[in-house]
Amino acid sequence: MEETRDSIADIWGERTPQYENWPVRVDQRLTEEPDHWVQSACVLCSNGCGMDIGVKDNRIVGVRGRAVDRVNHGRLGPKGLHGWVANHSPDRLTKPLIRRNGKLEEATWDEAMNLIVQRSKELIEKYTSGAIGFYTSGQLMLEEYYTLGVLGKAGLGTPHMDGNTRLCTATAAAALKASFGTDGQPGSYTDIDTTDAILLVGHNMASQQTVLWMRVLDRLEGPNPPKLVVIDPRKTATAKKATVHLAPRVGTNIPVMNGLLNLIIQAGQIDESFIKAHTVNFDELKKTVAKYTPEYVQQLSDVPADQLRAAADILGSTPTLLSTALQGVYQSMQATAAAVQINNLHLIRGLIGRKGCGIYQMNGQPTAQNNRECGADGDLPGFRNWANYEHVKELGRLWNIDPDKIPHWSPPTHAMQIFRYCEQGSIKMLWIQATNPAVSMPDLARIRRILAKDDLFVVVQDAFPTETTELADVVLPTAIWGEKTGCFTNVDRTVHISHKAIDPPGESRSDFDIFLDYSRRMDFRDKDGNPLIGWKTPEECFEAWKECSRGRPCDYTGMSYAKLSEGSGIMWPCNEQYPDGAEHIYTDGVFNTSADYCETYGQDLSTGAAKPQDEYKAEDPSGRAVIHAVDYEPPHEIPDDDYPLWLTTGRVVYHFHTRTKTGRSKELNDAAPEGFVQLSAEDAGKYGITEGDWVEVVSRRGRVIEPARIGEIEPGLVFIPFHYGYWDKDDRKRAVNELTLSEWDPVSKQPHFKYAAVSIRKTDPHSIREKVLSTKDELVEVVKGVVETVKSKL
Amino acid sequence: MHLGNYLGLVHESEQELAEALRKVGAHHADEPDIFQICQLLASWSDQHVQQLKPFIKKYSEDRSSEPDKLSRTLFDEPRKGSLALMRDLHDLWLLSNEVELCWIVIYQAAMALHDKELEATCNELSGQTKRQTAWLLTRIKQSAPQSLIVAA
Ligand code: SF4
Repeated sequence: MEETRDSIADIWGERTPQYENWPVRVDQRLTEEPDHWVQSACVLCSNGCGMDIGVKDNRIVGVRGRAVDRVNHGRLGPKGLHGWVANHSPDRLTKPLIRRNGKLEEATWDEAMNLIVQRSKELIEKYTSGAIGFYTSGQLMLEEYYTLGVLGKAGLGTPHMDGNTRLCTATAAAALKASFGTDGQPGSYTDIDTTDAILLVGHNMASQQTVLWMRVLDRLEGPNPPKLVVIDPRKTATAKKATVHLAPRVGTNIPVMNGLLNLIIQAGQIDESFIKAHTVNFDELKKTVAKYTPEYVQQLSDVPADQLRAAADILGSTPTLLSTALQGVYQSMQATAAAVQINNLHLIRGLIGRKGCGIYQMNGQPTAQNNRECGADGDLPGFRNWANYEHVKELGRLWNIDPDKIPHWSPPTHAMQIFRYCEQGSIKMLWIQATNPAVSMPDLARIRRILAKDDLFVVVQDAFPTETTELADVVLPTAIWGEKTGCFTNVDRTVHISHKAIDPPGESRSDFDIFLDYSRRMDFRDKDGNPLIGWKTPEECFEAWKECSRGRPCDYTGMSYAKLSEGSGIMWPCNEQYPDGAEHIYTDGVFNTSADYCETYGQDLSTGAAKPQDEYKAEDPSGRAVIHAVDYEPPHEIPDDDYPLWLTTGRVVYHFHTRTKTGRSKELNDAAPEGFVQLSAEDAGKYGITEGDWVEVVSRRGRVIEPARIGEIEPGLVFIPFHYGYWDKDDRKRAVNELTLSEWDPVSKQPHFKYAAVSIRKTDPHSIREKVLSTKDELVEVVKGVVETVKSKL
Repeated sequence: MHLGNYLGLVHESEQELAEALRKVGAHHADEPDIFQICQLLASWSDQHVQQLKPFIKKYSEDRSSEPDKLSRTLFDEPRKGSLALMRDLHDLWLLSNEVELCWIVIYQAAMALHDKELEATCNELSGQTKRQTAWLLTRIKQSAPQSLIVAA
């Protein structure tokens, strides 16, 4: 076997110190010599590393990083080097399944699609298309999202479409919209190569985007290394490299950010002329943060005052700054409000729109950005504003339909609300694609109960059997990455093409072909009676998407399949003005906030109340960025006598999501086969727990049992990774979302996975008592289910 | 002077609004956002009552003895069925508008009295009441199509 490095043992590989110019290092892993290579990019995180797929006899035999690619300069991380083996996993779904007499049985594509179409038509006739909902993914391709967006909005006309991106990056989008008027990342990955300081907030980059972290590590070892400020309650691998590490109590990002902003404003380290020319609402911010003195912040967050000062010194004086945020911000209390403070930091210091000054409001998933761009998450395609009728009319013209067919009469329904409508019975058909809500949603017992409801017709489109396909009425087997062609866009706006390398197994089909088939069978037509969806291939769809993106921030009009296949990925906007893509946006300090261009008229960051169009127009920021000031609100659930500890959740380096792919790679699975609960030595001592002991963790919503891992975490806090469910191991309750809250950020509607109050105790998972307890749990669930059914029949 | 009459009215209305928000929040706790936001908005009204106290001391208040017809009949019995949430939000919206109007009336009086402190308080609190109303309206708009058209 040919492997250039052992990425399991040494995650980030050998250092290639850099400044301004990141050297190439090609990482490769082959199991056999390929007979040809196919251009692609990795889909196992949002970094979007360019890679080639090695193919032999219609099988993938390995991958190598693309040296020419601007994102990774040839490097790949452990997930990228190993994850592809899942394509050839023997348990791939290969035939459609239909539930008959309570059991999933093999069926033909005709039977399965006819059933879906027949059910759709019945429901529309009886209840309107408001009875149909879609829950999609952050892992489809651009062409698939756009097709789905068009069939949902212009074909069916349902407002109920969202992605699991709601769980991972809705806050990134909400924060960008709130500050800059539309979604779209201001940063470029090349900012890392020259910046003087990096701020990472709730973002364990070392574990999440390993290749991006290599880029940072190489700066740290090169000349003029940047200073690193890390805000994270855990001493993660990222935090270990920090110049200053602030470890705030869970849910106190706002006090810490406000405290930093206050110190910088007090020290006069702000760019007054930038603030005056390019922002609105600075005075409000100044007033709001004034009370967040280092001492007050310490009181709220446990961050020592002198450490806060040390961090503010760096952030206030650095001539260039790169900031990133992820789940530690997005899945926490006051998520959007906190993420926006990072944007504020760059705005008040005038550090935006140029080399070395970037913001990455990170995405977790590889194609989350496309979901948002193409309108598969409820927003309108091309970052259009659903509350702006002119934008709705533009789409009407583009699709040649009556604009009033497009749902714009109420805000798009977000994921948690879609599940609530299913629970109440007003959504009667839920179509799920490439995602596993039976493990990834909060409050799992409730989600399982909803998916199992008799009056909910559940269609699940996936490549693997999952906890969710188990609950489906129809299962459609899909082709995945490597088995179909399409494009996707990473966090720094780089668009990659991924070509089809091999045929999909059995009868499985691409999500793209499934959506086209559905549209054809549903006979969706435009105003002139022509088929609504005119494209037949991904490339034709890409051309249609280009027209939809024209003139919008995410302008793809200068790209083509041919151009994307030439070498490196290309950044949007790519158009006549920027034929090779634009490295930075907002270079002139003009933001996308003008009333006729913006994607949203804004929301109250505490409640999520929408600002009406006329109010926004009356104070049109006309291109100036909007500064939002927010006070701290304490979390709704705090530890008490019964549940004395904080729980937080997160990821481990070797896995992605619910391990649907990574759990099928032997190497990745062996590196991290099992969940765990991490706790401090102090708490371990207090509860008499030693390394490896089984620990029962209980919240108000459920219980799990995990082996203990001790150290590198603040006392009072416990951590459980979110990857582990039941498809490969079902001996005990272990999915952390058994414990989490059904509660969300009022603006982004992203759930608060990052905190819950819990209690812990040492236990033996296989003792009689546990068996009794878990049966009791199930019994309670069954009884609750019966009560629900009886209630709904009354 | 009838300022006391309106101070009493706004005092009562804020208390009613807080109570009604908590009731509705509890009735619809299965809606993941309703409980959480209603608690938050209720805490704002509690805070308003506190901020009102110095002015009640200064000007005294008249409190009507009859219980408010609206809130008593509307929120005591949890409503059932698919329309329930919609109707409860609708009634909360009426209550918060009542509070908003009270603040406007008192603000006018404060200007005539040259009571700068009362003016500032009215300004601040009516601003927050507007945010309560705005959330209710947003949520009502979201619920309306599904509960009126789709739900059986
Ligand atoms: S960093 Fe992300 S995109 Fe790059 S190889 Fe690793 S998992 Fe794939």
